[in-house]
Amino acid sequence: MKINKNIAISDSGFVFNPVNGESFSVNPIGAEIIDMMKTEKSYEEIHKTLISKYNADEATIEKDYFDFVGLLKQHNLIDNNEEA
Amino acid sequence: MKKHKFTIAVSGLNAIDSPGPGVAVIRGLREADSFDVRIIGFSYESLEPGIYMHDVVDKTYQIPYPTAGTDALLARLAYIHDIEKLDVIIPNFDAELYSFMKLEDTLKAMGINMFLPTIQQFEERHKVNLPEFGKKYDINVPFSKSIFSTSEIYSLNNEFVFPMVIKGKYYDASIAYNLEQAKSYFNKISAKWGLPIVVQQFVHGTEYNVTGLGDGKGNTIAAVPMRKQYITDKGKAWGGISIDDKRMIALTEKFVSQTKWRGGFELELMKGQDNEFYLLEINPRMPAWIYLAVGCGQNIPEALVNLAMGEEVAPYTDYVKGRMFIRYAWDMIVDIDEFHEISTKGEL
Repeated sequence: MKINKNIAISDSGFVFNPVNGESFSVNPIGAEIIDMMKTEKSYEEIHKTLISKYNADEATIEKDYFDFVGLLKQHNLIDNNEEA
Repeated sequence: MKKHKFTIAVSGLNAIDSPGPGVAVIRGLREADSFDVRIIGFSYESLEPGIYMHDVVDKTYQIPYPTAGTDALLARLAYIHDIEKLDVIIPNFDAELYSFMKLEDTLKAMGINMFLPTIQQFEERHKVNLPEFGKKYDINVPFSKSIFSTSEIYSLNNEFVFPMVIKGKYYDASIAYNLEQAKSYFNKISAKWGLPIVVQQFVHGTEYNVTGLGDGKGNTIAAVPMRKQYITDKGKAWGGISIDDKRMIALTEKFVSQTKWRGGFELELMKGQDNEFYLLEINPRMPAWIYLAVGCGQNIPEALVNLAMGEEVAPYTDYVKGRMFIRYAWDMIVDIDEFHEISTKGEL
């Protein structure tokens, strides 16, 4: 799963899609996930990082992660041809 | 090296809720690297704000409305040229373009240069002819039809589904959700801009615009796409952002190369829910938001003047993406004497 290459994200979590001009705000964990996706980390690597950093069970992290990816897809920030 | 100083006349100094491009064009010209300018404003009404912006416009002359005919316009331009020695005229109103295009050769012989579309290009892209244009150049356009009386509205039910857009010949457009609204907009808009009225199928989606410049030989000299971020009830962008959409650039280059477009232009596009771009309108001049293109690194007014002066202009190849414009209104305090001067003498 790849996030669109051109997406710009600031330290404060402001996301800008230069292809269609849309912008969004994400919270710090969202920004962290996008940053990891931009460096082409696999789902397993992202999952591992989140488990080690945050005090939540695996199932919750997995559910929240896929909810978030769903949102990114919905807003055309992920190539819709890519499988999550 | 000392820069050449051009005297350039610019119209479109109005700034009502559908603002003219004049002041934005002048800002680009004043920031030109390749020349200095003296700006002559062309106005139609005494309350066009550009007339009173003395750091923007050096001197303003009123010119006759297009309905007065080209002879009256030519006589007025000859008078102004005699005093000001104009190098270039940049007309910025759709409604005046035809007169200037008709006079292009005569003005050229007088030493006044312009860089306008040809009459054929101007007519072909007219919203009345847009369906044929789309077919000819293989560009998606929403279905539309020109009508001349309100009685024709009743028969539209067979060809259109509501909502439909009721458009004026030159300006104005309203979205009608039923027959009564369509009829009322027909009357309102035709009273202002005449006939025909264009009825266009409404496309749901997001509005995008591209402004650009064609050299008349099929080359795109400049192109900057923008997404409207803040839209007034007149449909005008009051805020926008430059974007990096390769499909819009490709569509623009296709439009310029196929039509061999000469001059500035604006393409009004709608990205439908099917993710396709639909061409809603082609404006045969620079738009009011042209200064965003300047701010993104493509000084289209400057390039247009250089083309008008017969210079070779290299195409711009890049622009800043993600740069925004936010428009604002500014109340100027104006002495009654200035209003008096322009109203009675037609000059300020």
